[in-house]
Amino acid sequence: MSLTAKDKNTVKTFWGKISGKAEDIGCDALSRMLVVYPQTKTYFSHWKDLSPGSAPVRKHGKTVMTGIGEAVGKIDDLVGGLITLSELHAFQLRVDPANFKILSHNILVVLAGMFPNDFTPEVHVSMDKFLSALALALSEKYR
Amino acid sequence: MVEWTDQERTLIANIFANLDYEDIVKPDVSCHHSLCLRCLIVYPWTQRYFGGFGNLYNADAIMNNPMISAHGVKILHGLDRAVKNMDDIKNAYATLSELHSEKLHVDPDNFRLLSDCLSIVIASKMGYDFTPDLQAAWQKFLTVVVFALGRQYH
Repeated sequence: MSLTAKDKNTVKTFWGKISGKAEDIGCDALSRMLVVYPQTKTYFSHWKDLSPGSAPVRKHGKTVMTGIGEAVGKIDDLVGGLITLSELHAFQLRVDPANFKILSHNILVVLAGMFPNDFTPEVHVSMDKFLSALALALSEKYR
Repeated sequence: MVEWTDQERTLIANIFANLDYEDIVKPDVSCHHSLCLRCLIVYPWTQRYFGGFGNLYNADAIMNNPMISAHGVKILHGLDRAVKNMDDIKNAYATLSELHSEKLHVDPDNFRLLSDCLSIVIASKMGYDFTPDLQAAWQKFLTVVVFALGRQYH
């Protein structure tokens, strides 16, 4: 299920529309993930406050969305372009890759809620494919 | 046995109270809320179950296909059964599960795909009102439904 030229264009265009709200999107998606999938909280036991919209959640949401923005720029070679990020996740953070899917779902939920008119079925499928490809690239260095 | 808090029961009942089934399935270009449309486009392999539904060649065709919209309403009414039997969804869905396994031959992974799509459509409709707590209750409910639907497969 690789990204077609149409998918890449759709993602880049949509990203152009939403990137201004990247921090809000990241904060909301992460907040939802921690509430709806409480097992994900195990990765953040070092944070003082895991409640929706808290300072550490907002800060980390921004970090995650910056990474995603980077990936949009490297959409023609996600595996090659995200080697450093993959090494980070594989060797330092050691996040179980199943969680990438969980966060992706929550990002899609937030996008649907914030941009109901722009998040058409066509945009939805391209974004879903992109986030899946991104997750795969992030898992590259795991083993 | 699934335990529901009072808050969860209220949240889920509220979603259904405010849900207009016709609205969720109607092929309205401007709001893109259509459930079936979204599922058949985002996960195109799900079209395999609708061979007898006529023209599904592209988004426009799916959008204007009345059989697809009617089917969407049927699915949502199926969820009614779960809301009315929240303390025993497993048994309430026994015959439906058998139907999907023995007669319709639907791969149960599709239930999960549809439920993900449904959450996204609800989010699109409700915007900021679809709070994290509401999403948690709703997804818990759908997880139970999906499990019950897959239970009679063998």
